[in-house]
Amino acid sequence: MKLELGYIQINDIQFSKECKVENGTLYVDPEAIKAFMYEDDDVKAWVKSFSFDVAHPGESVRITPVKDVIEPRVKVEGSGGVFPGVINKVETVGSGKTHVLRGMAVVTAGKIVGFQEGIIDMSGPGADYTPFSKLQNLVVVAEPNEGYQDHKHEYEHAVRIAGLRAATYVGELGRNVTPDETAVFETYGIKEGIEKLPGLPRVAYVHMLQSQGLLHDTYVYGVDAKRSLTTILCPTETMDGAIISGNCVSACDKNTTYHHQNNPVVANLFAAHGKTLNYVCNIITNENVYLADKQRSSDWTAKLCRLLDLDGALVSQEGFGNPDTDLIMNCKKIELQGVKTVIITDEYAGQDGKSQSLADADPLADAVVTGGNANEVIILPKMDKVIGTLDYVDVIAGGHAGSLRPDGTIEAELQVITGATNEMGFNRLSAR
Amino acid sequence: MASIDNPRDFLILTNNPLAASCLEGRGPYTIRLEPDRSFREILVEARDLVYAGHILYTHPLAGSVKPNETPYKSLVVSLSPHGFDPQHGELIANAIAVFDKFKVLDRVYSGSVLRDFQLIDYSLLAGAIGLDARAGLSK
Repeated sequence: MKLELGYIQINDIQFSKECKVENGTLYVDPEAIKAFMYEDDDVKAWVKSFSFDVAHPGESVRITPVKDVIEPRVKVEGSGGVFPGVINKVETVGSGKTHVLRGMAVVTAGKIVGFQEGIIDMSGPGADYTPFSKLQNLVVVAEPNEGYQDHKHEYEHAVRIAGLRAATYVGELGRNVTPDETAVFETYGIKEGIEKLPGLPRVAYVHMLQSQGLLHDTYVYGVDAKRSLTTILCPTETMDGAIISGNCVSACDKNTTYHHQNNPVVANLFAAHGKTLNYVCNIITNENVYLADKQRSSDWTAKLCRLLDLDGALVSQEGFGNPDTDLIMNCKKIELQGVKTVIITDEYAGQDGKSQSLADADPLADAVVTGGNANEVIILPKMDKVIGTLDYVDVIAGGHAGSLRPDGTIEAELQVITGATNEMGFNRLSAR
Repeated sequence: MASIDNPRDFLILTNNPLAASCLEGRGPYTIRLEPDRSFREILVEARDLVYAGHILYTHPLAGSVKPNETPYKSLVVSLSPHGFDPQHGELIANAIAVFDKFKVLDRVYSGSVLRDFQLIDYSLLAGAIGLDARAGLSK
């Protein structure tokens, strides 16, 4: 499967009555986006209002609580449309041409539950820990309708869809814009790949997806990942939004939709593809709560690695605790099939960094990349402006009696910062 | 004796009243609601049952809300003993070790925050045993 990405660099976002992308600036009318979001019946039923704001890198701005971060994209050639099975028809994506509004994101924020984490600081020490501080962010803050207290599953769904619709609307503005840069990504069929790239080690990416319940879910072509068996994707499908995020609790190591669209494991495997290795495919597998599901999914992951005659597999997990068990089961079973693994995780090693990092381990897991210690404590200074609300900050992980100090600073563990210890490696923390 | 993986063999250990009320009457499982037990006490109760030969059906560390944040824990073990499984013994012992490494927080939560902690715990439990969480909430 072959996909060309056309990158349109966005250096600024301005509100305007006219919606367009011109000379690196996105001009957008919040009312037009709002109207497009409200075309969805669930959004109409559960979201009372949306407010819009723009956050630029370097500003004294804090966005919280963040639900999702999404990169606007539009398919200009090839089958299907972005976010298949959710926004567009469930048609296979990942081939043809897609335009990307690079350098910006749609960020959805607003309360869903009363202990919600997810902070993006646009400046100060917190900004160094989240990749999204470097983007022009179009922030959409949602407010629920009355009665949502007893319908939080429905409300979460509505806000998720609203964010995807906002990104779809903005992405469409790039359809007829000439990209600043293009890049082509292609993987081959099994036999074709062996013939084209003889002698190169055959490597797949085992991509583990959070799949537990409310605010802990991931969707693939619209299917709740916990209801799916382990299966195969072409890596380019993820670039067209085949995987979307429904999780943001303990935000440091949750993959936003932006992470799935810009997965650095995929990017790095493509960079090595045809040079030092043959990038075969992605194997997606879930992280369910029911133990027999874990057994089944990890058995299938190992079986697919063997059937594909892989030489190596990179395995990334999402989250901590429950998924550590899936990670180790996957790693161990794949290794026992004679396929070498490298696992990517983060750590909950205590605030002093001295505790056992993972909830599970095995001697076969002997090649590990870490995204950092999520328990590390950070002091975030007061910001001049808050987009969203600080109402829930006192409840988040960090301080002893509360995280919000009287002077407005926040004492928190890194786990509250969106993307801080991301387990795809979409951050700058690691260890040697 | 109910066979393994049959809902008749599910013993739901929980200190979460919302989980108990939403699951009541929706399946052939047994619910043991113990609202006065702490998160850790639920884990210890499960561990003792696992050591006595009951098997674990759900992962004891489900959920991204950390054990020092939420007071609620629900998990499923077998109603009948099926023989000691050393992997399950290790899993539940590790879960208690993980709980103990998190710093104790001296937090007082409002009623709505507690309700949301209950909701997440219940949603994860319902998903684990294949029930629609929303259906239970609208009972």
